[in-house]
Amino acid sequence: MSIAFINARLMDPATELDAIGSLVTNGDRIGAVGVDIEIPSDAEIVDCGGRILCPGLIDMRVHSVDVASALAGGVTTVILQPDQTTVIDTDPVVERIRSRSVGSNSVSVYPMGAATRGLQGDQLAEIGQMKQSGAVAFTDCRKATEKTQVMRRLLEYAEHFDALIVQFPEDPELAEDGLAHEGEVASRMGLIGIPSEAEVIQIERDIRLAEMTGARIHFSLLSSRDGLEAIRTAKKRGAKVTCSTAPHYLHLNENAVEGYRTFAKVSPPLRSESDRLALIEGVADGTIDTLVSDHDPRSEDVKRLPFGQAATGIVGLETLLPLSLSHVHSGKINMMTLIRTLTQAPAELLELDTGRLEIGRYADLTIFDPDKPWRIDEAAFQSSAKNTPFDTLPVQGQVWRTIIGGKTLFNVDTPS
Amino acid sequence: MSKNLIETPSYPRADVDPPSGSLFPHKHLLGTWKMDPTSIKFLLDKAEKYVEQNRKAMKTTPICAGLTQINLFFENSTRTLMSFEIAGKRLGMDTISMSTASSSIKKGETLLDTADTLNAMHPDVLVVRHADSGAVQLLSEKMDCAVINAGDGRSEHPTQALLDALTIRRRKGRIHGQTIVISGDIAHSRVARSNIYLLNAMGARVRLVAPPTLIPKDIDRLGVEVFQHMDKGLEGADVVMMLRLQQERMQGAYLPSLREYYRFWGLTAEKLKYAKDDVLVMHPGPMNRGVEIASDIADDIDRSAIREQVEMGVAVRMACLDVLTRHLREEK
Repeated sequence: MSIAFINARLMDPATELDAIGSLVTNGDRIGAVGVDIEIPSDAEIVDCGGRILCPGLIDMRVHSVDVASALAGGVTTVILQPDQTTVIDTDPVVERIRSRSVGSNSVSVYPMGAATRGLQGDQLAEIGQMKQSGAVAFTDCRKATEKTQVMRRLLEYAEHFDALIVQFPEDPELAEDGLAHEGEVASRMGLIGIPSEAEVIQIERDIRLAEMTGARIHFSLLSSRDGLEAIRTAKKRGAKVTCSTAPHYLHLNENAVEGYRTFAKVSPPLRSESDRLALIEGVADGTIDTLVSDHDPRSEDVKRLPFGQAATGIVGLETLLPLSLSHVHSGKINMMTLIRTLTQAPAELLELDTGRLEIGRYADLTIFDPDKPWRIDEAAFQSSAKNTPFDTLPVQGQVWRTIIGGKTLFNVDTPS
Repeated sequence: MSKNLIETPSYPRADVDPPSGSLFPHKHLLGTWKMDPTSIKFLLDKAEKYVEQNRKAMKTTPICAGLTQINLFFENSTRTLMSFEIAGKRLGMDTISMSTASSSIKKGETLLDTADTLNAMHPDVLVVRHADSGAVQLLSEKMDCAVINAGDGRSEHPTQALLDALTIRRRKGRIHGQTIVISGDIAHSRVARSNIYLLNAMGARVRLVAPPTLIPKDIDRLGVEVFQHMDKGLEGADVVMMLRLQQERMQGAYLPSLREYYRFWGLTAEKLKYAKDDVLVMHPGPMNRGVEIASDIADDIDRSAIREQVEMGVAVRMACLDVLTRHLREEK
């Protein structure tokens, strides 16, 4: 059964395609794509009305598989972090997650494996076996692998398997007990600060180790100007280093925690305005390779607590695209660049068979209206958790359809 | 009057109190951040009245009779708790105090569940101390009654700042234009924060003196001057407020030893020479003698206002309880 998505603005960073045209699916694969292609006579026609059709979004950092939320956010592939109830640190766990996902007719789920056993930071996890079983990268997730010698061995070992090591860019000792960005706001509110230096120190050490070992390293969540600058410099001299950030670091600064608003408590913390502006620039010039949601659904029980006791984390899958688009609308980030951070870049980093509009590829597609104005409404979230600091924020740009393996699994007109 | 009590001139105040507490248009007293000078002056003027009353034999006035005050202390405290208890009792309130050991928090109840439970008991004022910054504000959002912050984490301790201000005003006649030094463990001190905001609002020049490890980042943006050397910081000071060095923190990497701290940052007669001759020495207590302050300075009744601060504490807390429950009495 073929479906023809006609009258779409096709955008594919991998092939630099940006044109009004059509895409035809053949079952679960892309059958044809382009400006002037033949539409099979028996194909079901979907008129996209000029909306943008791009490869399905790939979210490199989610802490919980929240299918309805991912679909509503246009996300077709989620990369599950290893900090689950059962830590993902052996191949049977990886296999279980992959086997549930393959052929499930739902969001594709790939796990990242733990970099060290039990995420404890002491002994290497079975990276080779996990990679063979389908783990796409390896990380200690919410905490940097702290010991320098362990990190060195990890990178050396990972290089042998060409495995991507993902490091959380925060020196655990400098960040110990910290609750907010070390600056005026934290000092005034009496919150223990985490200095920006915690980020850049971790990044600089690990880049040195990556260069020493020849391994690929990716920093999972950038929050500071200095951290970004360290990566920019390393990239210039040819280090195999990449990085991500999340839309909340592009939208909010340290002032968001004023009034002890725990919904803005994230890790690493929201930083200063100059850090925020630098990160937007980092996405625009390609220093920041990917955007992630860092989706972490948390109940009110763990969020509505005194600031020091409240959990970190926000829900992000459904706001990933609209929040990111606001920087396109403000003229700071190019639309193609933005789409690249959400499709081609993560696909290439994780060696996935998606992330581009190419004949024969798996038909994971996202169609969105870049101009549609709406207001973020936590009550309307598909996610069961509502921990967002963006409730009631007006945004522009909405997912219209989410298509996985040629099947439309989300349609804004008839949400599940 | 006890011989240690200094008779200080009382600050001239309006003869007639403003109606309905309108000069303090707040439901709670959570902090001094952004508190306006009118509200501060109003509370201080009110407290003056209670200073006089507290020095009489008959100290109790029944103006708050029938109202219930709950003191909820999640963190150990003796002097602040006692001060609030006495203040409530002198206004005729039914005062109940609860400490962590006997609260359900130990049994895993959340702060907001506690708020629900307390609301059901219909208190009229809740006085709260908590180890987490912002916890009292969170609680106040769910409480039907007025909430007074009796110290939350490293954030604020507004009644301490008010009592300090009252002490300074009585001793010096005014706060505006005074050079006031706050010295010691600024990083961990809620007293320092509340004082910085309040004294700035009242037009004082505030200086902080502390070793670099105990000064929070960017604190100078709050309109204070930061010094690391005592001599420079104390130069020409009208008032010196010493803060308690939290000795449990000495084990970390903050400071090498008590001995060294005393040598460079402890207040001694020698260091005090840099300040004005009539400098006023204050301390929120409890003091570590020979750590942050020398005994001869602490006990010098001409310069030290430490005992007077305790006395002002009761009066200030009575003023706060009075003002925050005024609307309830008008309902009657």
